[in-house]
Amino acid sequence: MDKPLSQYLDLNNPQNLTAYQSTGGYEGFSNALKMSPQEVQQQVSDAKLKGRGGAGFMTGMKWSFVPMGEDAPKNKYLVCNADEMEPGTFKDRWLMEGAPHLLIEGMMIAAYAIGADVAYIFLRGEYRLCATRLQQAIDEAEAAGLLGDNINGSQYSLKLHLHTSAGRYICGEETALINALEGKRANPRAKPPFPQVVGLFGRPTIVNNCETLCNLPGILKSGVAWFSQLSGGADTGNKIYGISGRVKNAGLWELPMGTTAGEILELAGGMQDGLNLRGWLPGGASTDFLLPEHLDTPMEYDAIAKAGSRMGTGVIIALDDQHCPVGMILNLLQFFAQESCGWCTPCRDGLPWAVEILSRIEAGQGTQQDLDALQQLCGFMWIGKTFCALAPGAVEPLRSGMKYFADDFQQHIDHKGCPHRH
Amino acid sequence: MSSIIPIKQVDLVGQPVVNYRDVLTDKEIAAIEHECSLYEIRPAAAIDALQIVQSERRWISDESLYAIADMLGMSATELEGVATFYNLIYRHQVGEHVIHLCDSVSCWLHDYQTIADHLRKTLNIEFGQTTADGKITLLPNVCLGCCDKAPALMLDGELVESLNIEAIDNLLKGLRGGDHG
Repeated sequence: MDKPLSQYLDLNNPQNLTAYQSTGGYEGFSNALKMSPQEVQQQVSDAKLKGRGGAGFMTGMKWSFVPMGEDAPKNKYLVCNADEMEPGTFKDRWLMEGAPHLLIEGMMIAAYAIGADVAYIFLRGEYRLCATRLQQAIDEAEAAGLLGDNINGSQYSLKLHLHTSAGRYICGEETALINALEGKRANPRAKPPFPQVVGLFGRPTIVNNCETLCNLPGILKSGVAWFSQLSGGADTGNKIYGISGRVKNAGLWELPMGTTAGEILELAGGMQDGLNLRGWLPGGASTDFLLPEHLDTPMEYDAIAKAGSRMGTGVIIALDDQHCPVGMILNLLQFFAQESCGWCTPCRDGLPWAVEILSRIEAGQGTQQDLDALQQLCGFMWIGKTFCALAPGAVEPLRSGMKYFADDFQQHIDHKGCPHRH
Repeated sequence: MSSIIPIKQVDLVGQPVVNYRDVLTDKEIAAIEHECSLYEIRPAAAIDALQIVQSERRWISDESLYAIADMLGMSATELEGVATFYNLIYRHQVGEHVIHLCDSVSCWLHDYQTIADHLRKTLNIEFGQTTADGKITLLPNVCLGCCDKAPALMLDGELVESLNIEAIDNLLKGLRGGDHG
């Protein structure tokens, strides 16, 4: 099986430029340079690559809104969203630490496709090792003339800079990220205008997730047909899937799109001895719970949506039967309450309120009315009521948890305490 | 805290006006200027500048904040809004070593609370505080992306994974024994 994302991966000693090139690295970019930017866009559209950051939007379609041609604004930007802070998600860190040149090449292809002359990697501050290795890779590429003016003797010039953030979840939201890059408080922006037209410093800007960009070298090197047959399913290509929680061997694997959660759990060796799976979040803290009966669902955007959740980042969090679902939901909501930027009222006030109620229930002081209030809050913070997707993301594990683990909530209230604490 | 910089002027909203050259070192100024050159506008280097100064002085004092604001052409209020927005910019004095313990879901499933309680008890401080000898500051952190090796913490920017009580004891012994770490 081809593994275009992880074949270059070496976490201890990542490939330098020469090693990467000798194993086929930068061939995709070289092919792209021989095509027009529009042709590169078309190839990525034909490959049906979907964004791997969580939303699953078609990458080629996203690019197609960028003004192109002679009349287009002179400065355009490409930004790699490497602000990986979704709890339970660690796939981008893996790619950046293990194969920094793969991301650089992917960014060069994307930047060329949209005619960007400057690109930034927006990296979360905690990922120090990624920062060191990416900067090394950038320096190597610059020294070799792969970045800078007139790349490979062409008319195309690109500068690539590493921006290290300082820790705030909302910066992963595309428009908040743009505000952060401009040195502003990272509140999200209203859309429209969309960043593809008015983005960083008011210029056309594309923000793509790290893993999305890492798919581009393969698509440009080996073509659409090859990329489509990797999975053979509704969603094309491979995906970095993973799992954490009380499983035997938590970790990440590059697998065809549409691999089931059950297969991923099996790769992890199953649950730890003496534990049973009670529920799972398919792709990070902001996705709805699913149950063991959903393990056969392919990890594809539509299939997971049909089962009642979101594929998100595709890195699973497994809840075992020794941990309290109410306690886990409280932990998730504490995260969202803390990370709310405070810009809009439902999120700023609703999330701490939900935390307060959940804390009360977990401590055995909850009432029946508290459950109703939580349900009501789920409505107040749903899509359309808030400025961005943070609060609706927080609602997902809450509303699904209240549905699937209703008995646990009820026990906390009836027995005035957490049944999982002995 | 006494100010070492004579503040002669205040701006329209009462923020002191300082000349950044009186506060920042040549090294800091050069590094910040380099960051400014990477963006279309100078304020875009705000986070980089705060990180540069913090790496030299451990934290961002009011004076540092005013100086950076002056250098980037921002109001101090605006820069304060940025500085306080981020977890890794310290607007209070921190110890020689800073521990950020992950408190997100995968670490929760690996009972990070036991580690948190042990740290609090051994260091005799709460989260957000610094030990009396000024050596260690204890802070929480959202998911560090070490979910496969939970529980985890970050010590002075380095990840420490697969924590247990014994590992914490060894870690603290190392920090207290010398100033390496």
